[in-house]
Amino acid sequence: MFIIKYKKIWYLLSIFLLIVSLLVMSFRGFNLSIDFTGGTIMEISYENRPVKELLESKIGQSGTSVRTSGENNYVIRTKEPIKVNLGGEVIRENTIGPVAGAELASKARIAMGVVIIMIVLFVTFAFRKVSKPVSSWKYGLVTIIALAHDVIIPTGFFVFLGKEIDLLFITGLLAILGYSVHDTIVVFDRIRENLHLSANEPFEEIVGRSVNQTFARSINTSLTIFITLLALYLLGSTATQNFSLLLIIGLIAGTYSSIFVASPLLVTFFSLQSKKGQV
Amino acid sequence: MRKYLIYSLILIATFAFIAFFFFKSQARPFRFGLDLVGGTELIYRADTSAVSDKAGAMDSLKEVIERRVNLFGVSEPLVQTEQGGIISGNRDDRLIVELPGVTDIEEAKALIGQTPVLEFHLVEQELFVPTGLSGRFLKHASVGFNQTTGAAVVNLEFDEEGKKLFAQITKEHKSEVLAIILDGNLLSAPVIQDEITDGKALITGNFSPEQAKSLVRNLNYGALPVPITLLSSQTIGATLGEVALARGISAGLIGFVALSIFLIFWYRLPGLVSVVALISYIVLSLTIFKLIPVTLTAAGIAGFILSIGMAVDANVLIFERSKEELKKGKSIHDALHEGFHRAWASIRDSNIASIITALILFWLGTSAVKGFALTLGIGVLISMFTAITVSRTFLFAIVPSNESKLKRFLFSNGLHVHN
Repeated sequence: MFIIKYKKIWYLLSIFLLIVSLLVMSFRGFNLSIDFTGGTIMEISYENRPVKELLESKIGQSGTSVRTSGENNYVIRTKEPIKVNLGGEVIRENTIGPVAGAELASKARIAMGVVIIMIVLFVTFAFRKVSKPVSSWKYGLVTIIALAHDVIIPTGFFVFLGKEIDLLFITGLLAILGYSVHDTIVVFDRIRENLHLSANEPFEEIVGRSVNQTFARSINTSLTIFITLLALYLLGSTATQNFSLLLIIGLIAGTYSSIFVASPLLVTFFSLQSKKGQV
Repeated sequence: MRKYLIYSLILIATFAFIAFFFFKSQARPFRFGLDLVGGTELIYRADTSAVSDKAGAMDSLKEVIERRVNLFGVSEPLVQTEQGGIISGNRDDRLIVELPGVTDIEEAKALIGQTPVLEFHLVEQELFVPTGLSGRFLKHASVGFNQTTGAAVVNLEFDEEGKKLFAQITKEHKSEVLAIILDGNLLSAPVIQDEITDGKALITGNFSPEQAKSLVRNLNYGALPVPITLLSSQTIGATLGEVALARGISAGLIGFVALSIFLIFWYRLPGLVSVVALISYIVLSLTIFKLIPVTLTAAGIAGFILSIGMAVDANVLIFERSKEELKKGKSIHDALHEGFHRAWASIRDSNIASIITALILFWLGTSAVKGFALTLGIGVLISMFTAITVSRTFLFAIVPSNESKLKRFLFSNGLHVHN
């Protein structure tokens, strides 16, 4: 089974992408959107209200929100103060706080931590009957390693492209998180079943066969999701274009990790522990 | 297979019925977000003159109001603090509350109006002096009854920060009067007997049990740290507008058609059944979105389109499994049966993991995360029903009792023909 045989090549590719992602993140930093930073709000009254698009192009900042208010006014929110003259009569010009404040960040961090712990516990429980030859908590650990892989690489890619990190980005990462765990468990389930059926076969071969058997499903499920995401990217609203791009990258990373990283890692863990056993 | 045929007819009739009411129902229209249709903006002025930590008070004000107008995380409001006085130099703290649609403005005003302001003031020479302690530091409120008089009382429990503050106040101002003020009205003015270190306080007002109950309920939803007054209410336009909605819908339709072509091409007859199951997934999900109601934003629509692609996973698992069994030479009926049976464990475990994730995110997340978690959870549950129960019923209704090469071809999948 070439997937298990060449596992070092797959690891190297993943490790390379992970390191590049982490480097990009630490050197470039996150370009946080107005959702997280707050900014300025301006209300302008016009006798003849110009079209929205005109104001948007004059302001020229990404993440700007321009909306009508009442009969004659526009309310404009921007991250940086507006320097150009937009005409009309300025009614108010104030600072605004972030939509997603400190509470969201701290709560999201706690929630992610609890999700990770619960997934490890659940996988350990679900695979308790196949604790030999690899103990079931290692399946949980590998699920989380794959999850980290699938979240870090798209984030790095986005930072590399210089995209703004907004609330929708967080939602996208959560969707990737759900998909990643789901996909890894499906492959592991087949290993569990084959371990039951033929306990005497070498572990490596069982894993290889399981990946082989779930290969068509992994590719086809990724394809069905890819089809909908591509439609969304090409035809959907411009507001969700970055979201679908993020998910497409997450989908590729997630499919790759469940085939080429998660299952081979089980084999690596197995050979590590048998080496220890020999000493 | 007559049994499955009857079940199938019942299912089709049920979905047709739901779809009919779903499209006809004008009483419960879809709710669209601020980005797509706009809504109404309420601007409140916050009186922060009595607090020292103005920024902290404004943050907690935002949180309380947001929780109140977005209980399940699917109402998509925008709640934001605004600080005036860049030009004039006079600090003016405001809270912007934007709600999608215009139907619930009075209700929203009333909801926000119900949020109590609870303050604790010391009385010094006939004057009320704010202590900094307020409903913001409340952990929990409950109804109790006075042991001797039997009158309803309200028990308060402060959080860690509130506990310290309360202990400090009661220590430094022993035998002074501590006034408890609710929405600007004096509730009671007990004399501080001793230092209170356990963070518990008691309000004895002249409550009826009903009044005490409603006060407790409102306090537990969150008490405002500072009093607010409504400055203005205004209708506001959409940020993206109808175009974004139309593009979202067309992306969904084209995506669905492309997905259906792929499923029928690759999985043949079972693929066609999974397309029918997918249609029932879409109808059921949108109906539940209408009923809750879930406010649809451009992002929400994108998330739903993504979920359509994910919902077929269970079908893909089952069909791939059936194909393996067909290869082994089993009959169509037995192969399908085994396919459902053997795919179940992986469908169950992978979906349980998704449900665990959804539950935790809903439980611990703030509004935006909560909304994602709720729709994820609903999507997983409905897709399990449609991809397993619905497609099983339809498949077994059309399974042939005698086999031929053509029939085996129609029930197989992929690029190969299995005999």
